[in-house]
Amino acid sequence: MRAVEVVRPGPLTTVQDGGRVGVAALGVPRAGALDPGALRLVNRLVGNAPDAAVLEATLGGVALRALEPVLVAVLGAPAPVLVDGRAVAWGAPVRVPTGAVLAVGAPTSGLRCYLSVAGGFAVPPVLGSRSTDLLAGLGPAPLAAGQLLPVGPPTGPPCWIDPLPLPAPPRELLLRLDLGPRADWFGPGALRTLDSGRWTVSPASNRVGLRLTGPLLERLPDRGELPSEGMVLGAVQVPPDGLPVVFLADHPTTGGYPVLGVVPAGDLASAAQAAPGTPVRFTRSMR
Amino acid sequence: MSVRIMAAGRSALLLEVDSDAEVASLHQELISRQADGRLPGAVEIVPAARTVLLDGLARPELVAAQFEGWRPQTSAPPEGPVVTVPTRYDGEDLAEVAALWGVSAAEAVRIHTGAEYRVAFCGFAPGFAYLTGLPERYAVPRRATPRTQVPAGSVALAGGYTGVYPGASPGGWQLLGRTSLPVWDLGRDPAALLQPGTRVRFVEQP
Repeated sequence: MRAVEVVRPGPLTTVQDGGRVGVAALGVPRAGALDPGALRLVNRLVGNAPDAAVLEATLGGVALRALEPVLVAVLGAPAPVLVDGRAVAWGAPVRVPTGAVLAVGAPTSGLRCYLSVAGGFAVPPVLGSRSTDLLAGLGPAPLAAGQLLPVGPPTGPPCWIDPLPLPAPPRELLLRLDLGPRADWFGPGALRTLDSGRWTVSPASNRVGLRLTGPLLERLPDRGELPSEGMVLGAVQVPPDGLPVVFLADHPTTGGYPVLGVVPAGDLASAAQAAPGTPVRFTRSMR
Repeated sequence: MSVRIMAAGRSALLLEVDSDAEVASLHQELISRQADGRLPGAVEIVPAARTVLLDGLARPELVAAQFEGWRPQTSAPPEGPVVTVPTRYDGEDLAEVAALWGVSAAEAVRIHTGAEYRVAFCGFAPGFAYLTGLPERYAVPRRATPRTQVPAGSVALAGGYTGVYPGASPGGWQLLGRTSLPVWDLGRDPAALLQPGTRVRFVEQP
């Protein structure tokens, strides 16, 4: 079995693919890469299927030793990429010879780096996915130093392109919001706050949700308790403390706090790359 | 009452009805329409207490139109496989639950094993099933302080629901006893023994 060795795991590095599909009714979260665009492109660079398993390195910091020659690529949050200490391209396929160490530094902007290897990381799938689910504890544990990660056989030709341009760091996160299903649990005051309020990304954010600090979204007082109901990706749940949480890939399948609105999937990659302290606004979508 | 239909983002609908029995009827209807190819794109059908979520829909507005004026049918007899859960009724909260019901512990066990249950929905953890079937008058509150560790296989009550803890976890439900039946096993297909719609009976194991 082909494999790479984990030299340094970084602050939090997990295996992620397209996630678990069709098992929400069993209480199994979807998991999967928080930045699906980066997942697809970083796989394409090394000739993999778009949803092959990659590493999602929160705050970068991961280092791997090649036990035989491998082809890798790094995307997502821009970060220095080094092979045996020499800078190589971000956003392009990179050959790592036997024994060499590939290291990803700390991102210069954004939060989560994606590292693909030709053939994909071939950890055993659980319920149809190789993703680590930090809420339900499914899939492989976060990476640990000394661990061997199996690598599958390469499946397609790599994409030898000029390195991709580095994205500019986002100054502010602007999230569209489709109101509902429980917007009627909130009064006109809360909707005014939604339109005019400025939040910031809380350091308590994780793969379960983007937690925000800022103005409180108050529920109507006479609504009582909401029976648990199914939750979607991007749901903006408002717990009793009034601080909204935007659900990301490891979100629970059901929840008992009202969902004021849902952020469209296309805006969630930037939410997943927003570092703590990033300013956040919502804009009600007009569809 | 007819079903209430709410959008949950651009590819999901939340359908709401008034009772457990109506959720069961709606869930069966959705499973059967999915099998007939009438819910294009639907990748998740997630029942809950008063709702069923349909996620991944290609054209939610067309599915919403299908259900306008639809009424749940609650007189149909329950269908689905029956799973028997052998349970040792020695839980730490059995005496407290019996006291809340105003009966002896032995009578509480008779009440719990006398009901026929149905998995209304799963949530909280993979394979954690919320079972309905216990008469409403036996509903009990959650514990004021949740336990930091509840053993796997614990059979427990909260509100009107019975649950079986699939693995060891923190939990606030009232513990009636334990089963050695693995309700969640990733080495088995299906991993979840108790899926929405499954009928369940508890039998006392001495």
